[in-house]
Amino acid sequence: MTQILSFDAEDEYNAFITICREAEYGEGPLAGRGVAVKDNISTAGIQTTAGSRILEGYIPPYDAHVVGLLKSAGAAIVGKTNMDEFGMGTSTENSGFGPTTNPCDTNRVPGGSSGGSAAAVASGMVDLALGTDTGGSIRCPASYCGIVGLKPTYGRISRYGLIAYSNSLEQIGPMGQTVSDVSGLMEVISAYDFHDSTSYNAPYTHTPNAAAVEGLKIGVPAEYFGVGVDPAVAEAVRTAIGRLESLGAEAVPCTIPSMAYALAAYYVTCTSEASSNLSRFDGVRFGPESGRKKMWHDEFRGIRGEKFGREVQQRIMLGTFALSAGYYGKYYAKAQIARANVRADFERVLSEVDVICGPTMPAVAFAFGEKSDPLSMYLADILTVPANLAGVPAISVPCGTVDSMPVGLQIIGRHFEDELVVDTAFAYEQGGN
Amino acid sequence: MVSEKDVQGIANLADISLPAGELGAFTAQFNDILEYFDILDSVEQTSAGGTDLYNIFREDEVTPSLSQADALANAGESEDGYIKAPRVV
Amino acid sequence: MTEPENQVIIGLEIHCQLNTKTKLFCGCSNDYQNDEPNTHCCPVCLGLPGALPRLNKKAVESALKVCKALNLEILEECEFSRKNYFYPDLPKGYQVTMYDKPLGERGHLLVEDDEGHEKTIRITRIHLEEDPGRLVHKTGRDRAGYSLVDYNRSCVPLIEIVTEPDLRSPKEARRFLNKLRATLEYLDVFDGEREGSIRVDANISLKGHSRVECKNISSYKGVEKALNFEVTRQKNMLRRGAEIVMETRHFQEGKGITTSSRSKEKESDYRYFPEPDLRPLRVRDWVDTIELPELPDARRERFVKQYGISLNHARTLTGDIRVANFYEQVAGDQSVLCATLVSDTLLGELNYRSMKIADVPRDHFVDLMQLLAAGTITDRVGVDLLREFLDGSLEGATMARPSEIVTKRGLTKAGDDEFAEIMIRVIDANPQAVSDYQSGNAGAVNFLVGQVMKETRGRADPITLGALLKAQLEERET
Repeated sequence: MTQILSFDAEDEYNAFITICREAEYGEGPLAGRGVAVKDNISTAGIQTTAGSRILEGYIPPYDAHVVGLLKSAGAAIVGKTNMDEFGMGTSTENSGFGPTTNPCDTNRVPGGSSGGSAAAVASGMVDLALGTDTGGSIRCPASYCGIVGLKPTYGRISRYGLIAYSNSLEQIGPMGQTVSDVSGLMEVISAYDFHDSTSYNAPYTHTPNAAAVEGLKIGVPAEYFGVGVDPAVAEAVRTAIGRLESLGAEAVPCTIPSMAYALAAYYVTCTSEASSNLSRFDGVRFGPESGRKKMWHDEFRGIRGEKFGREVQQRIMLGTFALSAGYYGKYYAKAQIARANVRADFERVLSEVDVICGPTMPAVAFAFGEKSDPLSMYLADILTVPANLAGVPAISVPCGTVDSMPVGLQIIGRHFEDELVVDTAFAYEQGGN
Repeated sequence: MVSEKDVQGIANLADISLPAGELGAFTAQFNDILEYFDILDSVEQTSAGGTDLYNIFREDEVTPSLSQADALANAGESEDGYIKAPRVV
Repeated sequence: MTEPENQVIIGLEIHCQLNTKTKLFCGCSNDYQNDEPNTHCCPVCLGLPGALPRLNKKAVESALKVCKALNLEILEECEFSRKNYFYPDLPKGYQVTMYDKPLGERGHLLVEDDEGHEKTIRITRIHLEEDPGRLVHKTGRDRAGYSLVDYNRSCVPLIEIVTEPDLRSPKEARRFLNKLRATLEYLDVFDGEREGSIRVDANISLKGHSRVECKNISSYKGVEKALNFEVTRQKNMLRRGAEIVMETRHFQEGKGITTSSRSKEKESDYRYFPEPDLRPLRVRDWVDTIELPELPDARRERFVKQYGISLNHARTLTGDIRVANFYEQVAGDQSVLCATLVSDTLLGELNYRSMKIADVPRDHFVDLMQLLAAGTITDRVGVDLLREFLDGSLEGATMARPSEIVTKRGLTKAGDDEFAEIMIRVIDANPQAVSDYQSGNAGAVNFLVGQVMKETRGRADPITLGALLKAQLEERET
């Protein structure tokens, strides 16, 4: 029995690219609840742009696997949220449809690339949203906007229907006001999908359990509190870890030396994969209508020059360069070695502790236009990308403020122990003030 | 270090036409980032790496295709069921 | 044995469409040949954003069978890679193929060389990849400004087979392809009769000179034509004192020539990297369990032993699985006669009419065979009857069986008494031929044989006739 949810919230933060004012829903655990879906996740019959003008007007003929699961759970899909173009960014300033503002302070960015989803939740327009996380794109906006966001273990959620940016790094994940909401949404979207050959059959069915914090061993890496991290943010997170200790956990120092080159490995990998993934936007089967008077290469080049944003163009070129003859060994091949080292490093630490804690981001949300230099923007990802490289689950949960802006506590766990990561976040959230 | 000529060459290889007058700025930023990537030069393999997921297959059974209309739905122009594309040569 | 200067050296790169039910990475039906454009498509093979590939197990199995039959070593770990380039028929802007970790390496196939000796052609590697879509260009002034794309073919499974430059002539290359095609059909992984199912790129050089790559060959006949043209072209260049340029050329089937490709075909940087949406393969254990069916060489040997036929006939019959199957189904207890009839007569007649062996009306053929076996009709009459029912089959007419026709038209082999009278008449009517023979021109008897054959409407056996006429003529001399 289909019902309609009238979604009439005003979008004052430009959180949405497309809004479904009359959203259909059915029966199930999410019956009648509005869910915002990041606009790089395919929704049949609803425009899906990935935040890019090159996909303006594109209507997918199929649903992403997770969207099908949302529908089966009775959810009402109320709209497609704004994002950095193709997921490339840390602030949602790179959207082809204008930036999203941070509901906590509209002069500041909401984080990225899932800035629209975070703002939609933080502002109360919805309780639940889907984001995607390639190098921190769920956790960063969750941290900046003061909500909860989980990047699942790589391969636990089907990527079928997710417009690819970096296939070996990205995952769809749940975002919400509370850990319970995030956990409930995770349950819905984690059913196995044979369409995705890189996914595992490891569904998540779990009720958050605060008691898991008792006896929990928490690793506190030096690299998460070192150079580049705002001292006030570091202090807020140390306080949060202190609270977990008072609830029964034990914090031990540790070190993850491979983090020194994690960011470089990340950007080489994601730009390389992106340079290939974005080759399909040729305006032929979908996309902007070309003049069809020019020759193929001229037409193709023209569309990409005109409709891709600057950041996207730059990353495509970086990736093209990294894969090109003569440079593959120096960049891409080395990045894969670095990546394997990072993964091994995390596995080593996580064999000695149960979870790792630290700040999600090195600072609180910055002002619009503040990070105009691409490299300084990339450096903001330094604390989030290692979890993507290693494929381990990581959550951001709000832990206080600095300069009235939210700070995020990041909790990282072992592969397929998303449950324990959620439990730890839940314990913190519930732990009493 | 890459030159403006190199960057133009990469743009050609990537089939992107760079906005006029942007080549200089692109090149400068490109070099900043590549310099940052140099840290990878000293990375040595310390782990075996590898994966645990092999031989993921699908049975050779037909599943329904899209209708021609759906396949053409997002295409700019079509003719007699074909999708129009710019001429190559 | 040192090779002569300017020895022709050829290597081939062959792409064959596998006969799986579905495409390589999606469940769309592979059987698109007669259907409207863009009706065998889905998000995966259209390259829509967000679509992911799923590897067809049967395609892998088929390719591994080929590897095993061609004696390749299977790699411990095989991996798909992306080959990046931009073209309107390539929806994703990259082709999923296999680059540095193919399925198998270092195999071989035995082929007959130009002197009839068996020779080893080394196979460098075999891998799987997806076919791109198809570009169509319509004629007409207002239609020349664009291409039309049909993605039905996009993602069809291709097996790529690369040889070392071991081939030494266009004819040898053609024989190699025939043997390869037969092997693939015996394995039941390929249908050689399907249009567009095979594409060949050839590398040709004259020893000591630059290599030329020749692309866009899509038929067996085309291969020999293209190679012959190239060999001639290159030899002529050397004769004129010009050096051969290392380049890529395109074969134009209609004109039978190769032309230089435009400069766009300069060395491309495909930026290969491992396909992150697919998992690697570890299939050595699987290959060990694969059982191969009887292959052409084994079947040829069995035919010789089992049916007592000549090696040449066996080779011809087993050269195409359909012919071999046909033969075994109809031979009955006339294996030698059937082999001769099929190899020496039927195949030629089919070829002449562009007919296939599947079009042969079986009952008619068996009936005819029995007439010949019993000596009821001469070979000459047999050929005529064969041609008649083949033509009839082409027209779709209902035809009487050969035995019925023989009775109706009185085509049985002429008996001796019938002969005698006609022989005498012919001898009397052709005194010139008689005197020619008697003055030493032995061949003159053939004219007389021909005349008698005409009179008996072919029902006289020419050999018997020749002997009898000679006897008659000699008698007259005395």
